[in-house]
Amino acid sequence: MTPFDYSRAASAADALRLAGQSGAMLLGGGTNLVDLMRKGVERPTRLVDVTGLSREIAETPEGGVTIGAAARNSAVAAHPLIRAHYPMLSRAILAGASAQIRNMATVGGNLMQRTRCAYFADAAGSRCNKREPGSGCDALGGFTRYHAILGASEACVATHPSDMCVALAALDAQVKVLGAEGERTVPIVEFYRAPDDRPDIETVLTPGETIVALELPPSSVAARFAYRKVRDRASYAFALVSVAAGVELRNGRIEAVRIALGGVAPRPWRAFKAEAALRGEAPTAEAFAAAAEAELAGAAPLPGKRV
Amino acid sequence: MAIEINGRPVEAPRDPRVSLLDLLRESEGLTGTKVGCNQGACGACTVQLDGERVLSCLTLAVQADGRSVTTIEGLGENGVHPLQAAFIDHDGFQCGYCTPGQICAADAMLREIEAGAPSYVTADLSAGRTALTRDEVRERMSGNLCRCGAHNGIVDAILDVAARRAA
Repeated sequence: MTPFDYSRAASAADALRLAGQSGAMLLGGGTNLVDLMRKGVERPTRLVDVTGLSREIAETPEGGVTIGAAARNSAVAAHPLIRAHYPMLSRAILAGASAQIRNMATVGGNLMQRTRCAYFADAAGSRCNKREPGSGCDALGGFTRYHAILGASEACVATHPSDMCVALAALDAQVKVLGAEGERTVPIVEFYRAPDDRPDIETVLTPGETIVALELPPSSVAARFAYRKVRDRASYAFALVSVAAGVELRNGRIEAVRIALGGVAPRPWRAFKAEAALRGEAPTAEAFAAAAEAELAGAAPLPGKRV
Repeated sequence: MAIEINGRPVEAPRDPRVSLLDLLRESEGLTGTKVGCNQGACGACTVQLDGERVLSCLTLAVQADGRSVTTIEGLGENGVHPLQAAFIDHDGFQCGYCTPGQICAADAMLREIEAGAPSYVTADLSAGRTALTRDEVRERMSGNLCRCGAHNGIVDAILDVAARRAA
């Protein structure tokens, strides 16, 4: 691990000031960042510990819920407000990682974990355009069981492994961000950028910007929902694919629908085409199969991956 | 500030690169906490931070400053801990390397159950406290791997302790 300075941010404004220093990165639970630092993939010269920022989970005047960026994953999953109003989010969080990691990981850190693959982590032995832009990608022609089938680029086929963010995409979560110009709100579906030829830049955050909270708006699909995850073992494994889905029915027809996929794209993948195919339809097996076909028409699986 | 380790204050290391795991083993001589994968995949390094189970390999020691750490040595301070006894009774290990992490995790997990925390296999999220079934224990302990394959004995040991506490 390369040497770094460590400091704790006392407030969001403090975090913003400290994060603006050169070589600085924000530290949440460290479950991804510390691992990548030890592997030589991340080399910050300053770590700003933001676990002391707000972890409050509270109702908003609009009838939604706000979650402080430092709230731990386990605390969000177990919180009565989340269990009652956004059970899809509890289910998704509980599908991810292990109890130890969920106790450590923060909400902000979960959002900011790297889109990654084994070749990205292998700093000593593999070429990776995300680690070193323009250096090449050894995942192509390699072991691609966990790689993207949607939204990837020629430069990068790594996936965003979060379960939590898949539910957030289906719930239209808003990310509250503090920057030098003040606070702004970014819809989760616009938070991650496409990899294109710069897979090292994963989000729309500008240098120094800090996530301060998540806001969940009231959702008409949150009550009738499912979160399903397929993986190589029963627990504590990344998704081969996960699905967060919710529907609102009216007179036997699908009035509103939200579908998001995990483990198959460089970001939590909102399945807008599948949603469009389902809106107004009766909720039949045929309609859902056609919706899946509509979404996957644009899929580009690598050799060794079936769709 | 200090890191309270099993009730004893310890100064945080000057070099922030030191993991909590290395501080425990290399500086404090608390070698009960084991180094497994050192990358958050096996659970052998599990300790409790303010009573909650965490991975000491991915925790920087400086992050624990001002907080309290409990290791297997702390759990066993007043004689054999009930979980330690149950692991012996139920053959919850062969080589024993993962055992300290298993027991630190299990002890915290039983508190999570008491606090009503749900898991991936909990059927009803609106229910208060979840019944501790075999499936619940297996899911909740999935962050602690045992390469000897003693998982069945581990689950038996944990269910035994939970049943005794409930009695």
